[in-house]
Amino acid sequence: MEKTKVNIDYNNKVISLRGLEKSFEDYTVLRGIDLDLYQGENLVVLGRSGSGKSVLIKLISGLLRPDKGTVEVLGNDVLALNDRQLRELRIRIGFSFQNSALYDSMTVRKNLEFPLVRNRKGITRKEINTAVDTVLEAVGLSQTINQMPAELSGGQRKRIGIARTLILNPEIMLYDEPTAGLDPITCIEINDLINEVQQNYKTSSIIITHDLTCAKMTGDRISMLIEGQFQRTGTFEEVFDTDDARIKPFFDYNFIA
Amino acid sequence: MDTNIPVPVKKRPNGLIKGLGTFFKDIYKIHLFILRFFKEAFLPPFEFKEVVRQCYEVGVRSFTLISVTGFIVGFIFTKQSRPSLSTFGANSWLPSLVSIAIMRALAPLVTALIASGKVGSSIGAELGSMRVTEQIDAMEVSGTNPFKYLVCTRVLATTLTIPILATYTAFIGLLGGYLNISLNEGISYTAFVQQFFSPLVFLDFTASLIKSIVFGFTIGIVGCYQGYYSDKGTEGVGKAANGAVVTAMFLVFIEEVIIVQITGNFR
Repeated sequence: MEKTKVNIDYNNKVISLRGLEKSFEDYTVLRGIDLDLYQGENLVVLGRSGSGKSVLIKLISGLLRPDKGTVEVLGNDVLALNDRQLRELRIRIGFSFQNSALYDSMTVRKNLEFPLVRNRKGITRKEINTAVDTVLEAVGLSQTINQMPAELSGGQRKRIGIARTLILNPEIMLYDEPTAGLDPITCIEINDLINEVQQNYKTSSIIITHDLTCAKMTGDRISMLIEGQFQRTGTFEEVFDTDDARIKPFFDYNFIA
Repeated sequence: MDTNIPVPVKKRPNGLIKGLGTFFKDIYKIHLFILRFFKEAFLPPFEFKEVVRQCYEVGVRSFTLISVTGFIVGFIFTKQSRPSLSTFGANSWLPSLVSIAIMRALAPLVTALIASGKVGSSIGAELGSMRVTEQIDAMEVSGTNPFKYLVCTRVLATTLTIPILATYTAFIGLLGGYLNISLNEGISYTAFVQQFFSPLVFLDFTASLIKSIVFGFTIGIVGCYQGYYSDKGTEGVGKAANGAVVTAMFLVFIEEVIIVQITGNFR
């Protein structure tokens, strides 16, 4: 399915990273990252495994702290926020984990209720039920409401993971490898869901992936992360219109739907 | 590939220095972990429902094992003590001896050791697995404080529940002791209970309670620490569970020695 045109406000940056550097002991992962995400945009970050893609979105959400640089999200300097302020900001950011990270000990309903009950004080049972039903319907999994995460397939777990973030109506979505480990058909369903979320929930998203089909289907703009730096940024065609030996094989060895 | 290119060798600290460094780093991290518990456990929002649920979990997980162990400890201790007392013709002191042993040492210690194995390992494995599968990160990014929700509730639950379980162990141990004595000496239950409580003083109950609280806190905090900071990967979960049991048991014995020394000064 081709990506539908969406309205992107290029005057409004929702995420702005400058000079971001991050190392783990002797291993430098990110070497001076500059990145802007605009209101309503889906930005895909492509790169090989271990290139620091997941580290990048963990820095944005404040799960990790950079060694150098600045992280500005929705007008907030993430590094200057205290714990309470960071929690308040995180409510406005949805994070879809690579392995879904559903709470094993809770049913799908409890998983979805969990962020809502904890962040919306005074919410009634009726409002909770309505919100749960709405997001489950949005991801097309209303029938799984009383199931445990262990009873769900990989694709269903991804969808429920996304639903759990949508329940708080986030302004930004961060997807970590949304199609990793899924069959091609389910991958396309997840890609469609990412586009639906962008259109229906008016989110701006960063999608971390090494799946070119996902990049092509969901990305308004693509950035190629190689050796800790963005080497090329642009539309899908612009990024891969190159003879760069570090980028070309990425395209050649991928199957494009 | 040219294999003659010299590989630069990075100078690393030797094993002992590295080991000591890791040890002191761990001590520092545990210290911060405990401080964070006291900082967050008593500040709103409170997780009452989760604390109650965890108390139930801790109680249920250990109940059967503690019932059986407590009974056996009371029964066997009485049986093994009889010959020594018989030598002096002091069989009538058996209930008093059993009561002192159970109340002062055995009930809190046995409960703590059982709970270290059952509850501590379970907490370590549960949190470790949540760390590995990014469930703790998921909580954090959804605006929930995972330390408060996962750690504070579990530590409070063990701290509150272990003293109750220790009291229960003492009661069950008393029954075990009574059964053995009644089978051999034919003493009535009323007479046994009277003799059981006669040598006990207020300090015995207080010291036992303090010990159980300290043990409960230790089991909870060690289990949570091991799980919360477990390494990535399934190996990390196993290590967390194992570390929770071994460290908690070791600390329980150390604390037993320290508390006995301190309370001994008040006798």
